This record gives sequence, structure tokens and C-alpha cells, in this order.
Amino acid sequence: MADLGERHDVHRGFPPTGRSRAVDGLRAYRLIAWMWIRSTMAYRASFAMTVFGNFAGTALDFVTILLMFSRVDELGGYSLGEVAFLYGLSSAAFGLADLAFGSVERLGQRVRDGTLDSLLVRPAPVLAQVAADRFALRRLGRITQGLLVLGYALVVVDISWTPLKVLLMPVMVVSGAAIFASVFVVGAAFQFVAQDASQVQNSFTYGGTTLLQYPPTVFAKDLVRGVTFVLPLAFVNWLPALYVLDRPYPLDLPEWVAFLPPLVAVVCCALSGVAWRAGLRSYRSTGS
Amino acid sequence: MGTWRLYAAVATGAFRRYATYRVATAAGVFTNTVFGLILAYTYIALWDERPGLGGYDQSQAVTYVWLGQGLLAAVAVIGGGFEDEMIERIRTGDIAIDLYRPADLQMWWLAADAGRSAFQLVGRGVVPMAFGGLVFQLALPTDAGTWLAFLVAVVLGVLVSFAIRYLVALMAFWFMDGAGVQQLAVLAGLFFSGMTLPLNVFPGVLGELARALPWSALIQAPADVLLGERTGLALLRTYAFQAAWAVGLLAVGRLVQSAATRRVVVQGG
Repeated sequence: MADLGERHDVHRGFPPTGRSRAVDGLRAYRLIAWMWIRSTMAYRASFAMTVFGNFAGTALDFVTILLMFSRVDELGGYSLGEVAFLYGLSSAAFGLADLAFGSVERLGQRVRDGTLDSLLVRPAPVLAQVAADRFALRRLGRITQGLLVLGYALVVVDISWTPLKVLLMPVMVVSGAAIFASVFVVGAAFQFVAQDASQVQNSFTYGGTTLLQYPPTVFAKDLVRGVTFVLPLAFVNWLPALYVLDRPYPLDLPEWVAFLPPLVAVVCCALSGVAWRAGLRSYRSTGS
Repeated sequence: MGTWRLYAAVATGAFRRYATYRVATAAGVFTNTVFGLILAYTYIALWDERPGLGGYDQSQAVTYVWLGQGLLAAVAVIGGGFEDEMIERIRTGDIAIDLYRPADLQMWWLAADAGRSAFQLVGRGVVPMAFGGLVFQLALPTDAGTWLAFLVAVVLGVLVSFAIRYLVALMAFWFMDGAGVQQLAVLAGLFFSGMTLPLNVFPGVLGELARALPWSALIQAPADVLLGERTGLALLRTYAFQAAWAVGLLAVGRLVQSAATRRVVVQGG
């Protein structure tokens, strides 16, 4: 019987280990991503151009904000520096999530053309394979751009720093990235059902980061309520950032909500994991 | 006369083809609506601060947002039309077969793009606009004449958009991979069409430049016609501006096309 077990493991191509699926997933992700990085690096000039393209493409929305501020001093009661602060945090967090999980938006394509099946028979978690597929290092362009704008904001805006605020900054970016990543995963899970609807996912990912680039005072109360209590994007930057800026929170929320992002991120990731598994279970190959 | 029937058939086929992507169309409508909502609120904040900015009042500015979202797919500001397919055919060499056909290459693709555009105008234009009208106070004209004038401006805008994308696609004859040029064209399209911000809000020389470039024929010109900013002689000047860019760019497209097709080497025997 032991013999049979061993043969089974050989068939799976994995040494028999007691490691969890999360470790398996991370390892598979690392291997696939590294493969794509090496293949990208085969054409360095082309890589440099696409990084610049990614940088310039994402810089365009900040240029739009700059153009707006060439005509006004404040937007929704916020100065250019404060808007840049919100922009930089949202862009950096989203950029990280996009780098790690952006490829999952191609899932619908794989469901339609049937190539998802080849991922199902490989001995590695499907989510890790889908997320690392065509790992695009060029997306560093967006993160760089976001961090540059954030740097600009930190120079211009007069913030009364406390140790707590300093600590909150990196926590905010990492939690924000995790929240966006779970939006990416839920969107991918939805594509198991909808197949041809990657644009819906874009509304919540790209749309979400665009929304967070502007202060909450700009938007209608119901919209702010929606992105606080339903799709908790407000925890990516608005609530913690407004604490750092000493600005009043939207919806008269209490002060401690600024420290919730890590908790919200954990809950989002857990829920997105459930959604992903449900989506994967519902998958029926196209076949003919 | 036979060739015109052919192009009409190509256009109808393209219309039908896009009409079959129902889920994708619905998803696109959803995206346009979400982005319209976000942009509309930022414009309201902007016009709260500076009423009358760029010669628009607040409801005109909000109307501009929804108009942009409604036209985005029809005038293919961010691409996604025939050019992906054409670049692929150039890359694989299938374009040689197209050149043998008893039809003009440019007219063929123009007919296909016209069909696509007509579907996108209806399929992705009406619902976001209706949603915008429900949630915000829009400044839409009530007379049929303005709507008709607007449609003419949209058609001219589609022509200019096609002419630009045809040039972009032809670049694949030289670069093999059209991705870089396409990326640049998308960025220029988004920025200079007035998609992100009306061009009459752009300050100084940048504004003058943006309004003179061909991309302003895509969104800014039709929007100004619908918002009643262009009537009488100004309307004719807008049409002339759009038509001049369309004719000029289509002519350049023909020149580049003949230079490009001389490069085609058909292999095999």
C-alpha cells in the first residue's frame, strides 16, 4: 500500500511533504513569476520601454489632477498636496495588488478558450498559477509613479507627525494592497460564472483606485457609505489617511476606524478565498 | 455600384458581430456607468469651486462626462476596434491575402469599423447616458436639429479616429509588434480627445495645442455641438475642422499603405 502512495506522489510530480497548500501556492507562484521575469528580461530594451509606458500611462491621471488644480486651489476642500497624498497611497497600494494579482483578470479569456484546463491538471494551486501567469514586472511603473507622488505630498503637506502616524503609513499600503488583491480575486471568481465580463472587474479595481484618488468630500454620501460598509475600499486610504492628515472622517465615523485596515484586509482575503473556491467548483470546461 | 454593396455588407457584418457579444457589452456599459459616476462627482466639485469654468455651467460639465462615457467605445478612444485584428494579420502575413482581394484595403477596414462603431454607439452609449440623466441634472437639447448636428459630428469623429488607428496599425509593417505604438496612441487619445478633462479647461498654450490636434474631433467636438456651444457658422467651422483632419489623415494612410505593401514579400510557392 505504501508503494501505491509513493507512485501517486511521483505522478503528481511533487515530493511527498506535509506542507500546506499555502506554501505550495507560494512556491508555485515564485517559480512561475520568476520564469516570466526571465523571459521578459531576454529583451531588456523592450522591457524598459514597457515600464516607461506603464509609468506614463498611470501618470496621466495625476496630470489630469494637476490640470484641475491649475484652475482651482481646492477640490472638495482639499489642497493639491492633500489630494496627492490620497493619490499616492491609493496608487501604491493598487500597484502592489496589480503586480501580484493583476493577471487574474485574464481568467475569463482562459475559461472561454479552454486553456484553464491545462492549469487544473498541474500539481499546484490554480489561483497561484493564474495570478503568476504572465507576471508583468512592468507594473513596477505604476508603483514607482504612486510612490513619487506620495513623496511629493509628504514634502508639501504639513503633517504633525507622531510615531503612530509613521507606523500607520506602511501598514496602510500593505493592507490596502491586500484589500485590492481580494477584489481582484473575487472579480476572477465572478468570471467563472460570467466569462465575458472582465470589464465589470475593471470597474471595481481601476474604478476603485480612481475613486480613492479624490477626497471623500467630493462624492455623494451613499457612494461613500457603499465603499465603506459594502466594498470596504475606504479602508485602503481614506480612513487611515484622513487620520494622518488630521481631517474629519466621512459619515462621522469614530477615530479608531483608522486602525482597522489590517483587520479589514484579513477579512477580505478570507472572503475572497471562499468566493474563489466556490467559483472554481462551479467551473465546467468548454469542451466539445 | 457592386463595391458599395460589398462595403455595406462588411459594415453590417461587423455590426452583427459586435452585437453577439452581449455579456461583454453589458459589462462595458457597467464600467462606463461606474467611471461616469466617479468623474461626474469630481467635475461637480471642480465646477463648485470655479463656476463657468471653460465656458460650461455645472450641468453642461456633468453632461460632458456622460457624453464622453457614451462615446468612448464608439469613437474607440482607447482602441479596441479593427486595429488589433489588422496588426495580427500583418504579423502573421495573412495581410497578403487581403491585398489580393478585389476590394480596397483601407475602405474594407473602414466599413468594418463603421459597423462596429454604429453598434457601440447604440449598445454602449444609450444606457450610461440614461443613467446619468436619472441621477444628475443633464443639459441635453430638446430640438431634433441639435441631435442631428451632433450625429454628423460623431460620424466625422469616427472617421478621424479610424484614420489615426489605421496609421497606427500600418506601423506593424515596420515594427512587427504594434504594441508600443498602440500604447502611445491610447495615451494620446485619452488625453487629447478631452476624455479625462474637457479641452477648454486645459490652460494656455497646452489648451490651444490640444484643441488643434486631431483627437479633439473625437469627443470635444461632438460634445460642444450637443451642448449647444456650436451653432451657425461655428458649427460649420467645427465640421470643417473634423473633415480636414479626416481627409488629411486618410490620405496619409493611403500613402503609408502603398509604401508598406511594397514591403510585403509573399513566401512559399
